[in-house]
Amino acid sequence: MIYEELQRQIEQLRILSRNGLDLSEEIAQLEAKLAALKRQTVAPAPSPSPATELDDWERVKLARHPKRPYTLDYIKSLTEDFYELHGDRLYGDDAAIVTGLARFEGQTVVIVGTQKGRDATENVKRNFGMPHPEGYRKALRVMKLGERFGFPVITLIDTPGAYPGVGAEERNIGGALAQNIYELFHLKVPVIATIIGEGGSGGAIALAVGDRVLMLENAIYSVITPEGCAAILFRDATKAPEAARALRLTAPHLLRLGVIDEVIPEPPGGAHLEPEMTLGTLKEALQRHLCELLALPVELLLRQRREKFQKMGVYEEIPESSLS
Amino acid sequence: MAIFGKKYFKVELDRPERKDDETLWMKCKACGELVFKKRVRENNNICPKCGEYFFLTAPERIELLVDPGSFEDISRPIIAADPLQFTDEDGSAYPEKIKKAQEETGLANEIIIGQARIGGYPVILAVMDFRFIGGSMGSVMGEQICQAIRHAVKERAAFVLISATGGARMQEGILSLMQMAKTASARKMLAEAKLPFISIMTYPTTAGVEASIASLGDITLAEKGALIGFTGRRVIKQTIRQDLPEDFQTDRFAFEHGMVDNLVKREQLRDELIRVLSLFAPLLTQSPAVAIEAHKKEAIV
Ligand SMILES: [Zn+2]
Repeated sequence: MIYEELQRQIEQLRILSRNGLDLSEEIAQLEAKLAALKRQTVAPAPSPSPATELDDWERVKLARHPKRPYTLDYIKSLTEDFYELHGDRLYGDDAAIVTGLARFEGQTVVIVGTQKGRDATENVKRNFGMPHPEGYRKALRVMKLGERFGFPVITLIDTPGAYPGVGAEERNIGGALAQNIYELFHLKVPVIATIIGEGGSGGAIALAVGDRVLMLENAIYSVITPEGCAAILFRDATKAPEAARALRLTAPHLLRLGVIDEVIPEPPGGAHLEPEMTLGTLKEALQRHLCELLALPVELLLRQRREKFQKMGVYEEIPESSLS
Repeated sequence: MAIFGKKYFKVELDRPERKDDETLWMKCKACGELVFKKRVRENNNICPKCGEYFFLTAPERIELLVDPGSFEDISRPIIAADPLQFTDEDGSAYPEKIKKAQEETGLANEIIIGQARIGGYPVILAVMDFRFIGGSMGSVMGEQICQAIRHAVKERAAFVLISATGGARMQEGILSLMQMAKTASARKMLAEAKLPFISIMTYPTTAGVEASIASLGDITLAEKGALIGFTGRRVIKQTIRQDLPEDFQTDRFAFEHGMVDNLVKREQLRDELIRVLSLFAPLLTQSPAVAIEAHKKEAIV
């Protein structure tokens, strides 16, 4: 099914490129995906597991499901009067990140989220949800705008990662990610991050330094894609399902590791089957956390944010006695 | 952890016996000439015939930069744990990998942190060693960098980070990603204390480290021959299906795109650091304890 969808998208892109638009990059990308998919279908399918105890790889597939609610769906349903803001004031506007002001339960908030496209045309515009540096710089600009007026920040994350391209490197994508991470620690308003689909590596954490980090039940959050991990460590990209299990990238694992604060339940089969339910649950959680955070003095808020991330990591202490 | 002991901890630079290789000569990979190893070492691991840079280990790098006798290892006695119980496809478990790296490098971890003087100025150094699992950043590196920053504030020393890393430590999964945030969150302490952070990028400085602490310096220097970037060449090439520019992600590329303040030859790195540090000198107040310690050491030397 995804296979046919990809083929259809490639076909559409080819038609589009006849109008003089250069889409060779996007077409190549889709073809690569298609090829990867072909390889996967050759490999034996993972054994089905009961809906309640979804296999990690099943969750990866759900997190990437093309019908899954995306950032704009959340904005539409959770907020009112959304007013989109564009451009980083330095280079351009990146449609892979949506930013703006909106009303959430009567309170003006800043919304920042990565956005995937539903069809080929939109995916060209949204770059498959893979932002360039200007996207992250726009996000920072708008978050700082919010800070000036005391508007809390809500981020929604659904990205395979920052875009791996020449332009991104030329415009210092690494530096842009670093700057966002750093600045988020000093943003004097509450920040709530929610991983709604794919939380892809540096491109995700650059929007996910929050006082609270929430995660949808079937979302994933990882240092590397399962495919990338499989290619590097297992030297075989088709071992992505194994890599997905090894990386512990699903919400229940991450809750245990102390990386996220709350798992937002989804209906059996995934958020796309009953979007209203998921949206409702997330709304309730956002409201609850926002209420708690708005009650904190700014200094305490910032100290807690810093301490929360300072505690992350697991290592082994060597007793002094064994050193002497 | 008794077997671990202090064998790998507390890096000492002034070991009278340095482990020498059996062979006296080596063949330069760049020019193909046979060169005298001792001569290469004396020349900052640069080929005396053609100028090619060879890798520097973290201890070698420290030795190259600090005032003789001034270095003291201040690493926290911690080593990598295995929170994910991660096993590579070849069956090697993560703790095995760590142990192997320790044996091969003689180091406890992929990063050494220490207190030293450079041209008399107090610095806290954090130096990565690429030999140790690609100098990748996991929970240990994250904590050691934070520890180094805390020390810099306590001692009113400049913080000098020298990166040689492929990025995040995949075997620690999401926790390695979180080190990007953890290290970035500590960085502010230096700004609040008005202490300079000098970030030196060497071959290679990429991915998770490049996209966090390494890109947050007050002054950013690239060593000649550095590789600087977020996504690896191979991945980009696969994605865009095009050949990449010849100079892509080189030191020159980083400089021309405004990512670093200056490019510095390895043999000039120490002098360059001294020049930079001198401009911050009034802020590097030498607390009496530091000054006395340094004086004692200088007297011994
Ligand atoms: Zn040579």
